[in-house]
Amino acid sequence: MFDIEKIRGDFPILNQQVYGKPLAYLDNAATTQKPQCVIDAVNHYYTCDNANVHRGVHALSERATANYEAARQRIASFFNARSEREVIFTRGTTEAINLIASSWGGAHIGAGDEVLITHMEHHSDIVPWQMLCERTGATLKVAPINERGELIMDAFEALLSERTKIVGVVHMSNALGSINPVERIIEKAHAVGAKVLVDGAQAAGHMAVDVQAMDCDFYVTSAHKMYGPTGIGVLIGRESILESMPPYQGGGDMILTVSFEKTEYNDLPYKFEAGTPHIAGVIGFGKAIEYIQGIGFDVIAKREKELLAYATAKAEAFDGLRQIGTAAHKACVLSFVLDQVHPHDLGTIVDREGVAIRAGHHCAMPVMQFFKVPATARASFSVYNTEAEVDSLFVALEKAKAIFA
Amino acid sequence: MFDLRDLYLQVIVDHNKAPRNFGKLAHFNHEADGYNPLCGDRLHVYLDVNDDGMIEDVSFEGEGCAISVASASLMTEAVKGTPLSEFAQKFDMFQHMVTSDLDETPDEEALGKLAVLAGVREFPSRIKCASLCWHTLKSAVTDSHTIAKTE
Repeated sequence: MFDIEKIRGDFPILNQQVYGKPLAYLDNAATTQKPQCVIDAVNHYYTCDNANVHRGVHALSERATANYEAARQRIASFFNARSEREVIFTRGTTEAINLIASSWGGAHIGAGDEVLITHMEHHSDIVPWQMLCERTGATLKVAPINERGELIMDAFEALLSERTKIVGVVHMSNALGSINPVERIIEKAHAVGAKVLVDGAQAAGHMAVDVQAMDCDFYVTSAHKMYGPTGIGVLIGRESILESMPPYQGGGDMILTVSFEKTEYNDLPYKFEAGTPHIAGVIGFGKAIEYIQGIGFDVIAKREKELLAYATAKAEAFDGLRQIGTAAHKACVLSFVLDQVHPHDLGTIVDREGVAIRAGHHCAMPVMQFFKVPATARASFSVYNTEAEVDSLFVALEKAKAIFA
Repeated sequence: MFDLRDLYLQVIVDHNKAPRNFGKLAHFNHEADGYNPLCGDRLHVYLDVNDDGMIEDVSFEGEGCAISVASASLMTEAVKGTPLSEFAQKFDMFQHMVTSDLDETPDEEALGKLAVLAGVREFPSRIKCASLCWHTLKSAVTDSHTIAKTE
């Protein structure tokens, strides 16, 4: 039985007023709030176990290492990775994509090769590939989207060729909410010999991901959009591919032996984790995964679907509102513009009503260009949101309309 | 408490709806681009300075939020027909107004209509919306060819 009050009770931050109004936090696509158990896990680590990992022989270091590696195991099993060696911690999705573009791309991409992405990618799945192409003389190809904000699969497939070396595709668009058919994309890409990186920053907190069933080569995501801390994310890569890749950064922890003549690199996953990692972040990430597992994706998905349907019905009935992103398969995101009111003004006005939404280009400027808008307002939902919060948003939108009437 | 109506004063709403001096000037001898990467606001200003050093005409084009459009509109009204040599002082006065402490009362006599924008001080994320046009006009005045930002 779904108990919204219990869930909301897990998130202490939700219980507050801003400008004298109850907070309605509807900016979950930017970052989700953190449950008490995650805050406690980070707090406990610093209070009781803080030490460097993989080094000390003392009790604290052994505890820190055990907790750090236990989180890796939990994350490996959560994504159904083949082993913990496939689970590499990064600062987030952005760093994970940069790691692949730099290490795998640097070794496998050359002049004449092509990198294929989609028109709905976040800047973090555009810019690293652009930088790689500039460096190597490869070409960046972009698969188009339609007016609903869906990838046009025929056009995507037509752009695939033996020149395509890697495909970068977002699992769920942060600006539109569209969910891409990643299994089919991967199957088609593999048929021409291309590798596939799936950007799961937006998706991984909302739906079950099984990297083996999906058959992706790289899956990347960030903890902070799935109830975990900021500054920590993960790259899950196929072991055989990771083995063949050169290190991304050099330093401590990623080596077995170092002399001035030669360095022998450490085994996976440590080869890609140079320097002291974000230990508290990893422990918090593991706890956030445990929290998600405690609720279950069936419950989370059902709740978020209800909220999106409720908000979408209100949006459709709202005079002068145009939704941006109406894919048949979408989740959690209501992106829109309002006649006569710039999204930036909307953001400020609804903020004063206690409603937190995002107004801007959502780090997806090509998406804005496609829909010919400078920016959109975006409400994005999480399992702890309520219909009453959606109501607050629409009351605030009425107020914005009144100001500019 | 500070009310939204103190930010979106009727004057601002009006200037947003019907911006003054909007569009490209037929004759101009200075121009500049402004861009706010945070929100995507774009602005272009045209300036016509005559031989006596007077701002004969000024206009702007672009898209942006109500604060940025109204601020640009009010700015063109404030500088049109004034000596170019006074621009630097006006620029400083405006910057001071939108960044000063909340308890400081704006000098309405010196600022004139521009004082309606003093409300942005209460909304830190919106100060740049109000000041982008001033930075852009400053670029035009100094014939800077780099795109104006508010940093």
